[in-house]
Amino acid sequence: MATVATCGGDAVGVGSAVATASKSNVTSFQRRGPRVSGTNDSGPRLVSITGTRPSVRNGQLLVSTGLPALDQLLGGGLAVGTVLLIEEDKYNIYSSLLFKYFLAEGIVNGHTLLVASANEDPANILQELPAPLLDNCKKEFDEDVYNHKTPESNIKMKIAWRYQLLPKMEQIRPVSSSRFGHYYDASKRIPQELIEASKWHGFFLPEKISPTLKVEPCSLTHGYIKLLQFIQNIIYEEGFDGSNPQKKQKNILRIGIQNLGSPLWGDDICCTENGDSGHNLTKFLYVLRGLLRTSLSACIITMPTHLIQNKAFIAHVTNLSDTVVGLESFIGSERETNPLYKDYHGLIHIRQIPRLNNLVCDESDVKDLGFKLKRKLFTIEH
Amino acid sequence: MFPELNNLLNTTPDRAEQGKLTLLCDAKTDGSFLVHHFLSFYLKANCKVCFVALIQSFSHYNIVGQKLGVNLTMARERGQLVFLEGLKSAVDVFFQAQEKPHPLQFLREASAGNLKPLFEFVRDALKPVDSGAAGWTYPVLLVDDLSVLLSLGLGAVAVLDFIHYCRATLCWELKGNVVVLVHDSGDVEDEENDILLNGLSHQSHLILRAEGLATGFCRDVHGQLRILWRRPSQSTSQRDQSLTYQYKIQDRSVSFFAKGMSPAVL
Repeated sequence: MATVATCGGDAVGVGSAVATASKSNVTSFQRRGPRVSGTNDSGPRLVSITGTRPSVRNGQLLVSTGLPALDQLLGGGLAVGTVLLIEEDKYNIYSSLLFKYFLAEGIVNGHTLLVASANEDPANILQELPAPLLDNCKKEFDEDVYNHKTPESNIKMKIAWRYQLLPKMEQIRPVSSSRFGHYYDASKRIPQELIEASKWHGFFLPEKISPTLKVEPCSLTHGYIKLLQFIQNIIYEEGFDGSNPQKKQKNILRIGIQNLGSPLWGDDICCTENGDSGHNLTKFLYVLRGLLRTSLSACIITMPTHLIQNKAFIAHVTNLSDTVVGLESFIGSERETNPLYKDYHGLIHIRQIPRLNNLVCDESDVKDLGFKLKRKLFTIEH
Repeated sequence: MFPELNNLLNTTPDRAEQGKLTLLCDAKTDGSFLVHHFLSFYLKANCKVCFVALIQSFSHYNIVGQKLGVNLTMARERGQLVFLEGLKSAVDVFFQAQEKPHPLQFLREASAGNLKPLFEFVRDALKPVDSGAAGWTYPVLLVDDLSVLLSLGLGAVAVLDFIHYCRATLCWELKGNVVVLVHDSGDVEDEENDILLNGLSHQSHLILRAEGLATGFCRDVHGQLRILWRRPSQSTSQRDQSLTYQYKIQDRSVSFFAKGMSPAVL
């Protein structure tokens, strides 16, 4: 910022260009340090998987969550090998939207998907994904924003003209030049050919378990065991953990688990005060994280934490996940009519960001964040 | 290890105390930087370290360790470091039935288990080798972190028993040290965690408590560290010494300063 203040208007463009150039130098020379201990990525050979990029801070491989605004808040994206836990809002509107953005991002980037749900058939979930705004549409969108902005920015400041160079307000604007995150049109459905071109696996709980099956008493609920075995099978068979050296093209597996912990999974944590006496969900999360750490995959889980009465349990679940984001929508609450919140649809709380391979993490400076959903954009502002 | 923290604790790797239990606890913030500090501290002090890492993978500690000046991969190859990677072993123990008891055997059991296999693993890892050619000074057990064991279904009593056995073997018999990390749930009522935390606080010689600031999040001061020296065995009326500092975590080190004396404020 000091350089902007002292140099003239031209230097702003130069300064930012220099900054991005030096940033890219850092990332290309930084040791890639993959956290996947199974795959043999060490050495100067760069892993170039579509839809990923290394983190600026620690060289960690990141994937986009589907929302560029959320990516920026999480320090660039979701790290491969970690779990993103979304605490659902009360009516499960926006969390399922985030879930779908994540999966749609996977389809656009050509990643393999694994969708697990207990109440909805994964094929139906995939039909409802939002349509991506690809390059030709994106230009129109950018123009719209630009046209909207120019009337305000044309007001020149006569005396305090130095301040004109500073950004108007601190808004989480996504970096538009990267091909990392995409924008989605929430009102349109994803084109059918994109779904058919993608590779996905579905886990629909009522299909996978049969009530009459006799099973040995084990430490986890039957549904969780089945899901873990399913995930492990996919990871092993498709070589996401590096066990299959013939696979030349490496890819990311995006796992999405919907409504984990709800009674449909056979878990009683949401029903009773002192449920989960067998600690099913925590053990499931622990083993899942172990699977993720040793493979090229990223996972999103939505959990109805507002139904869980045992608050200590939520603390346990938070400690066992890597990134935790909570959503609170204003629908039906008193905040809907509060003039402070009138532009927004809800609040988003970033509860935890992992410190991976590092002592510090990229916490953003602002903590009060609200989100609003427009047709083509999901913005997060404070 | 962070040199400033060494100064505050009045220790150096050459002349650290032995036979001590150190309790690291964090409330409303992340205290894992303390774990990295002690790991690199004891590796530099030439001790034989057994690290039970339940929450992160090996490469995470390795990369941070390299920033702090220790190479975990080489230490593991030399035999100085015995690393139990919880996440990877959990996958192994869960999907395949093991012949001999695995340290994380409790993951397979439906009812609350005990930590006897884990203790046996630690004991075998740290018992002095007869040849004595390696020449490590004293054994150290480091656990990150114990609250995960509670989340996975073990009772507080089982974890306290495990720590008791470790202390008896390591601190008293082998004159080594034990360092454990426990999360403090704060105002959330977690009975088991409180039992564990209180029980360990009474047994430990040194308590380092990292707390978030009471006023909320701040970019320049990440939290407050409270250091408490205790003498659990002596029931004299000697007062325990306690110090409080605020800290800011940087890329390679942590800087400490007295309350209100942050460089950002002055």
